[in-house]
Amino acid sequence: MVSVNNNGNSSALIQVRGLNKTYRRGSEQIQVLQGLNLDVDQGDFVAFMGPSGSGKTTLLNLLGGLDVPTSGTVSVARDEITHMSSGKLTEWRARHVGFVFQMYNLVPVLTAYQNVELPLLLTRLSRSARRQHVEAALAIVALPDRADHFPRQLSGGQEQRVAIARAIVSDPTFLLCDEPTGDLDRKSADEIMALIEELVSKHNKTVLMVTHDPLVAARAHMVLHLEKGVLVEASKSRPNITAGGAA
Amino acid sequence: MKFFALIRANLFRKKVRLLLTLGSFAVALFLFAFLAVVRDAFNRGGSVASANRLVTINRVSIIQPIPLSYRDKILRIPGVRHVTFDNWFGGVYQEEKNFFPQFVIDPENQPQVFPELVVPEDQWNAFLKDRQGAIAGAATAKRFGWKIGDRIPIKTTIYGDANTAWEFIIDGIYHGQRQEDDETQFWFQWDYFEERVPEALKGQVGWYTVQLDSPDDAVRVSKAIDAEFANSPNETKTATESAFAASWVKQFGNIEFLILVIGSVVFFTLLLVTGNTMAISVRERTGELAILKAIGFQDGSILLLVLAEALAIALLGGVLGLALAEVAIPALSNALNGMLPNLILSKSMLASGLGFALLVGAMSGLLPGIGAMRLRVVDALRRI
Repeated sequence: MVSVNNNGNSSALIQVRGLNKTYRRGSEQIQVLQGLNLDVDQGDFVAFMGPSGSGKTTLLNLLGGLDVPTSGTVSVARDEITHMSSGKLTEWRARHVGFVFQMYNLVPVLTAYQNVELPLLLTRLSRSARRQHVEAALAIVALPDRADHFPRQLSGGQEQRVAIARAIVSDPTFLLCDEPTGDLDRKSADEIMALIEELVSKHNKTVLMVTHDPLVAARAHMVLHLEKGVLVEASKSRPNITAGGAA
Repeated sequence: MKFFALIRANLFRKKVRLLLTLGSFAVALFLFAFLAVVRDAFNRGGSVASANRLVTINRVSIIQPIPLSYRDKILRIPGVRHVTFDNWFGGVYQEEKNFFPQFVIDPENQPQVFPELVVPEDQWNAFLKDRQGAIAGAATAKRFGWKIGDRIPIKTTIYGDANTAWEFIIDGIYHGQRQEDDETQFWFQWDYFEERVPEALKGQVGWYTVQLDSPDDAVRVSKAIDAEFANSPNETKTATESAFAASWVKQFGNIEFLILVIGSVVFFTLLLVTGNTMAISVRERTGELAILKAIGFQDGSILLLVLAEALAIALLGGVLGLALAEVAIPALSNALNGMLPNLILSKSMLASGLGFALLVGAMSGLLPGIGAMRLRVVDALRRI
């Protein structure tokens, strides 16, 4: 269950406590996130909404260990990541986080297969084991027949599917999706959202997603609104999920 | 090995740029090989020189002759085992471009002093009996298609009437024992020379080559020879064969310095070209590198990927340039027609060339690689 009010201990998969992020621009200090608390359980699907500059992407970067907070903590499966060294954090990301970006960010000179295989190159898996994982991931995103295609030979929706396959191939603890449908037409966006929903419902994946699109956000279990760095509202988008309160 | 596909894909990302960069490496390595063989050719006199041979020339200059009568006096100096003498003939065979070095030799002592230049015994015996006989180096014989028994007319440019050809009969062909031995020379009989030169030049030799009992005697014997002829009309200057070869090279200018300067310019130009190429290549991929870091590639892995790419370009370009050199240098050596000693591209030069290419490759990839390594994922993703 998703909670934004808890500032004590919990057994949630992801625990954020008193998270602050401040950027310095010249002599000016810009506080992007202000004392955020958040609990997300295994299998939750959370959407973050808010106007530009509200801190959505910053929050996602902090949850994914791509950035470090000014203060506060982020713990995932009881590992506190905020004090990890850069090398440890990179290692942690490889094991626990799958990233999906708005612009897909596939390597254009690699085939779909090779793009999906990238995270597995960091593991000790054999070539045949890697092949099994990649083929399974491409099957989940319904693109097994496009394995040898380069990104330029795929549609936007297909590219995003490959990016999702890359995100899930190493079976990470949770997925971070930054505007995953932001560059897609409605039909492709629906397909991508259906795929993400399937990952949550069928494969019990935990997904945290940033979006500007209310229709896309509505497909999450919970929509959290960020305004000026504060989680000001938590709305339930599904009848069986309740917002707020300690887990 | 599992990163091979990634490195290869990045390598062939921009084919035209790759070809141009490979071309830069190939040209630079070809030039490196060429400079190395020229340097080697100029310095080879010293390396092939025997440690127990001295060369005695006229103190004024090598083009000034010294009397033949000095031979017996030199031979009497303790520590001297053999003495032979030579004269530069400088003739023209058919046309001036057909240059090869021709020497008037002392047949009696030549084989003892230069044992590394070998003539089959039967051919040498035929030569000794033939006043007009000549021995050709294997390279020169091959170049002109000469066989035993061929008559070779050579016009003199120094001794007597320039329009009259001296005719020689090829009695033998000599081979060097080592790859670096000069096989372009043409030797003929002292007696034949002596009978045809103008009266004023009779009994004069160009230089003596002295074989010692022991290399340890070199300094003492050199001093003794020069002291023997001090205050005579033809004072001498004696040096070890290697010192003589080095002073001969110096006549051409400071070849070593020239080669060093050209080599340095090539090195730094190549470094700038490839460094710039790698920097552009990495900058174009900032977003992709950020993604790799986001999904778990460590800073060190990113650096190694960039370095591997730079090294692969260096290796491919280097091999290409050295392969071209391997083909072109023998052809060039033939085209030079003995103007320089054999141009030999040795294995050590090839290894140095590859080392040079890899060094430039590593240096050109290092700065962009460190830049990529230090890339902050968040900043890089914001720029996409």
